[in-house]
Amino acid sequence: MTISDQGSNSPVPSSLWGEKGELGLIETKFYTFDGLALESGDWLGPVTLAYETYGVLNHDKSNAILVCHAFSGDAHAAGWHEGDKDPGWWNEMIGPGKAFDTDKYFIICNNVIGGCKGSTGPSSLNPETGQPYGLDFPLITIGDMVECQVRLVTRHLGIEKLLTVSGGSMGGMQVLSWMGRYPDHLKSAIPIATAIKHTPQQIAFDEVGRQAIMADPDWKDGNYYGGNHPAKGLSVARMVGHITYMSDTSMAEKFGRQKKTHSGAEKFTADFEVEGYLRYRGENFVKRFDANSYLYITKAMDNFDAAAGRPFPEALRGRDLNVLVIGFKSDWLYPLYQSQEIVKACKLAGLEATYCEIESTYGHDAFLMEVEEETHLIKHFLRKIYNGYEVTDES
Amino acid sequence: MSLDLKAIHPDHRIILDWVEPGSSVLDLGCGDGELLYHLIKEKSVKGQGVEIDEQAIYKCVAKGLNVFHDDIEGGLTDYQDGAFDYAVLDQTFQQIPRVDLALTNALRVGKKVIVGFPNFAYFKSRFQISFLGKTPVTEALPYMWYETPNLHSVSISDFIDYCARKGIKIERRAFLGGEKRVYLFPNFFAQVGLFLISKTG
Repeated sequence: MTISDQGSNSPVPSSLWGEKGELGLIETKFYTFDGLALESGDWLGPVTLAYETYGVLNHDKSNAILVCHAFSGDAHAAGWHEGDKDPGWWNEMIGPGKAFDTDKYFIICNNVIGGCKGSTGPSSLNPETGQPYGLDFPLITIGDMVECQVRLVTRHLGIEKLLTVSGGSMGGMQVLSWMGRYPDHLKSAIPIATAIKHTPQQIAFDEVGRQAIMADPDWKDGNYYGGNHPAKGLSVARMVGHITYMSDTSMAEKFGRQKKTHSGAEKFTADFEVEGYLRYRGENFVKRFDANSYLYITKAMDNFDAAAGRPFPEALRGRDLNVLVIGFKSDWLYPLYQSQEIVKACKLAGLEATYCEIESTYGHDAFLMEVEEETHLIKHFLRKIYNGYEVTDES
Repeated sequence: MSLDLKAIHPDHRIILDWVEPGSSVLDLGCGDGELLYHLIKEKSVKGQGVEIDEQAIYKCVAKGLNVFHDDIEGGLTDYQDGAFDYAVLDQTFQQIPRVDLALTNALRVGKKVIVGFPNFAYFKSRFQISFLGKTPVTEALPYMWYETPNLHSVSISDFIDYCARKGIKIERRAFLGGEKRVYLFPNFFAQVGLFLISKTG
């Protein structure tokens, strides 16, 4: 639902919200269902999903797109929340006339389970105890996240077939999981900067993050909700994460070896700009993210295997599914060969597919930064899927 | 939208003529996707392009085409045998390091293969070599020796010999001199040779 005419009564400059081509004010909605039998065998219930929608669902419900967020993202993909200075995390890609054009399509984005932005996660109240779950929260998988999305899309919103499902990084894992589990509910899929499964290197970085959190005395085996949160541990985890999201080149361009000025009395301060940046990002992250969610969600990513026990191409064979795979040349966290493995699966399964390696220096962050190229690819791809393979001569 | 046949390259027109309607086509080195675009419009083929240049890929996607960002050898890997009715190597195979391996693989992935290449034995080239003593530069081979992307110089006769030696069946052939078809002494008068080939037996 878009509310584009409410910007004028707000403290934030209405010019941002009311601007042509922008979605304006957006409200997060909630959908609660009885619960879910998880892949682990445990039961999680009731489950609440925070979600947002942009654009209008058409009469035959054929214009719906699910956008899946990355590790630290949330349901707020586009538009502005009341009082916020910044828009949603993919605002440059979602809106009127943008790649995911809200004048044509109905876009859905939800916070994953295990998260801390309105969907049921370790910081939610455990109905059995009346206290936050903490480590009583069961282990979840990317597949469990997708099972919840299926309920949101098919049961709650009544959409039988999505025009596409798209997302980068962990969002891309959800896309691959949809492709493997529910291809009949998809017309197409757009996995971006992602992998069929994590490599030891990717698991290693996640493990460093988890160890940093668990080494913080304030973590207290996850039972910190009444007191101090493990801010230091979570902040260090985020710092490591940010290093992996950038590239050697993008760091050199952004920071160089420039030093910040300080009195010189203290030792081991953030002398270099990059140190200050990482500390700032780490400290900021603590304000908006729950440490236990970090543990659960990174574990879900590490355990993810789109193939789920059988060769991924087998899961895709014979499906009427058009796939757009996007990778970025400087992404060393999710290197191109991982995108190429997805392409290989599409080839072996006989799916129609497109693959583009976008030239970029941003590293893994590129999927949020290279808006122009992604817009061109996604816009034309979606037009083909939506209009039904009518090739056009526009370039 | 009606098809403007005049706008189509003469080599593309021949390929359009050869390809069966409704078949599947893998175009290796598809550039901005012009051939695939016409094949889909005119022959309702199921088309897949392979292209190494990122900007060309954006043009393909704007035309609604399926395209993989890869080189020709990479574009032929992973497919099952006979995955496509046709594999097309038009004006590209002279730039592949090992043409024999690529052709063998193309004949594996495609039930039939269409190749098109500039004829090195074109009479103007012969004249430039024999009488001027210079490496030939022609309309079909427009590069100076120091800037050419072409790794191989191949004539129509060379290719026919190759097919005979490898037991490759030549099903159809066509020769072009500029815009026009060449019927007499193609290895002398044709600038471009086009072949529809398949494995024998």
